[in-house]
Amino acid sequence: MAEKTVNVMIVGVGGQGTLLASRILGNLTTASGYDVKISEVHGMAQRGGSVVTYVRYGHGVAEPIVEEGQADVLIAFERLEALRYAHFLKKDGHIIVNDQRIDPMTVVTGACEYPENIIEELSKKYDVTALDAMAEAEKLGNTRVFNTIILGVVATKMEFDKEVWIETIKNVVPPKTVDLNVKAFEVGYSL
Amino acid sequence: MSKKQIMLGNQAIARGAYEAGVTVSSAYPGTPSTEISENIAKYDEVYAEWAPNEKVAMEVVVGASMAGARALCSMKMVGVNVAADPLYSCSYIGVKGGIVLVAADDPGIYSSQNEQDSRMVARAAMVPVLEPSDSDEARLFTKLAFEYSEKYDTPIMLRTTTRLSHSQGMVNLEERVEHESTPYERNMRKNVMMPACAIERHKVVEKRLKDMAEDANTMPINKVEYKDTKIGVISSGIPYQYVKEVLPEASVLKLGLVNPLPRKLIEEFASKVDTLYIVEELEPVIEEQVKSWGIKCIGKEIFTVQGEYSANMLRKAILGEEVDISEPADAPNRPPILCPGCPHRATFSVLKKLKIHAAGDIGCYTLGAVAPLDVIDTTVCMGASISMLHGMEKAKGKEFIKNWVAVIGDSTFLHTGVNSLMNMVYNKATGTVIILDNSTTGMTGHQDHAATGKTLKGEPTYAIDIYNLCKAMGIENVYEVDAFDQKKLEETVKTEVARDAVSVIIAKSPCALLKEYVPKGKCVVDDEKCRRCGACLVLGCPAITKKDGHIVIDETMCNGCGLCQSKCPFEAISLVKAGE
Repeated sequence: MAEKTVNVMIVGVGGQGTLLASRILGNLTTASGYDVKISEVHGMAQRGGSVVTYVRYGHGVAEPIVEEGQADVLIAFERLEALRYAHFLKKDGHIIVNDQRIDPMTVVTGACEYPENIIEELSKKYDVTALDAMAEAEKLGNTRVFNTIILGVVATKMEFDKEVWIETIKNVVPPKTVDLNVKAFEVGYSL
Repeated sequence: MSKKQIMLGNQAIARGAYEAGVTVSSAYPGTPSTEISENIAKYDEVYAEWAPNEKVAMEVVVGASMAGARALCSMKMVGVNVAADPLYSCSYIGVKGGIVLVAADDPGIYSSQNEQDSRMVARAAMVPVLEPSDSDEARLFTKLAFEYSEKYDTPIMLRTTTRLSHSQGMVNLEERVEHESTPYERNMRKNVMMPACAIERHKVVEKRLKDMAEDANTMPINKVEYKDTKIGVISSGIPYQYVKEVLPEASVLKLGLVNPLPRKLIEEFASKVDTLYIVEELEPVIEEQVKSWGIKCIGKEIFTVQGEYSANMLRKAILGEEVDISEPADAPNRPPILCPGCPHRATFSVLKKLKIHAAGDIGCYTLGAVAPLDVIDTTVCMGASISMLHGMEKAKGKEFIKNWVAVIGDSTFLHTGVNSLMNMVYNKATGTVIILDNSTTGMTGHQDHAATGKTLKGEPTYAIDIYNLCKAMGIENVYEVDAFDQKKLEETVKTEVARDAVSVIIAKSPCALLKEYVPKGKCVVDDEKCRRCGACLVLGCPAITKKDGHIVIDETMCNGCGLCQSKCPFEAISLVKAGE
């Protein structure tokens, strides 16, 4: 078991479903005997804005947020958001990034440009795993489970057994979607 | 075996109220307080409702308490202002069954119009305040608050902040203990706040606070943790967690009761430490009192009154440690935006075309203030759009507002907009009010309200008819228009702003995030017909983007509202209907 508190961040675009991922992580860590704190964003930012969720687990977690330079794992549902929060990572931190582009309104209106080569640039500084979760989800016939596919990849970078992940997913997702989500997790896990 | 569950702070508050035997809960949604009501509604033993506004919710709770029940009222901090009138009087009256008012502050302004500190309101109303630091304390302190409420015959404020309300942590679950409802007794001197009674009750309130302050010195929720005495910190709430993170070896006085303060306990603590810091987010509420007692301490000289605190911030301010962090990347901002298929966008696109200014209100539609819509000129508070339009007319004359409207959501209209509209009718206004009726309270996550036909518990109920409500005020010109019927909406707006009488246009179309919403299909661009003019981009729809110079509609986001189709001058956008 991890001695120190482990810091995970889940970032993305409001409406992408980052809250489900944090719920799964919360249940996963507590089922493994850790204390955990999860801090979420609700309200106005959920309307297509940049959203961030902090998950901290260990033995006696005080602060509910992860600060710059402290994250062990950064899970990004969109690549610009990976770039925005990369400086929250520790020097040897992992990024798992969904290689998807969602233009913010500042880019649509022409006020800013969407940065090029984000994944290449991040790879120079961090341990980056990129995947096209939307394409994988389409193969499964349901783009909604792209976030569970991402979690499958995340699972390969964290300490918890695959069986514990699957058990947790079964407990957290809506009963009707259990099979699909487990399948999606397996896809991510074997990428 | 004791049961444990991971819970949001707000969920834990609901759990605490449930365990305390609460039977009545009333609230109006508002970030970050909304989930308290949504969770308490799940307990069959509790009657829980959405009230049209916080003042009503507070009064419902005062009534329930007088009738003998334990009652809970929850709201965001600006809602406390709306509820202030009954709160101040309730403080004089006291309680029969315990009353807990949850005030959810928003340091850092994640989803609010200001950054006020509810502890200041509580002090002005002479109401005690409890402040938990994590989810389990949120549950426990809610229960304690009901005990204190009855013991000291006072409403209690439970203060939370966004970071506590929206953080999950482990919670120990205990059984519910039913509160024995006492028989109703008439008590005119206590319950009728007219001058003779209020003068006497004010004396009681002053004594009550003094008594509680004395007792606070030995209350177990005010905890002293003596360790190294070089540094001593007084803190409460979420900032306490940052203190523990940064100064694990320091002595800490953790206040659970932040009003009234335990003077003796603080004096004793201060005398035992070399340097005393007071770490509290927002206003120096604790600090100013401690300083007024002649105690030397450091507070807002080095800590900000703005935004949320963090461990790194304290590290720098107290220990002088610079944290080595790499520069953030230059990433374009991603501000929140109206969703694809949002009916507000449809209304705003008409207003933009007609170059009409809008006095705005509180809701998702506040986002109409920013590029590329740029339609809303003002946002003040719930209901203010209508009254401000009226004020503008009275200041500058009716010609001035011929290119103005007030825009307000359905839930906000029922909250306090109704009164403002009454004022327009009464005082001979000529303005035009657009009610953006999307059949829900959108911004806070889709709560029902008096005009949706469903209660908080999910039961069907009478739906107040906004059209007839306006008619009943004597307004002749009330129109219901589908927000996506752009031609009709445009004509109606043009006619009504020109009219020398009050008009109401109900721009009706459901929120695209509602469960009942049925997408019409997907819009697609014919790249050959498209001249890249950008008329569709001006709508600010997140589904429409430019890729390598070509206009593309993201089919996973689009739900075929057809607004872009109606704006395209080259008929390059077509709607593929669902199922085709």
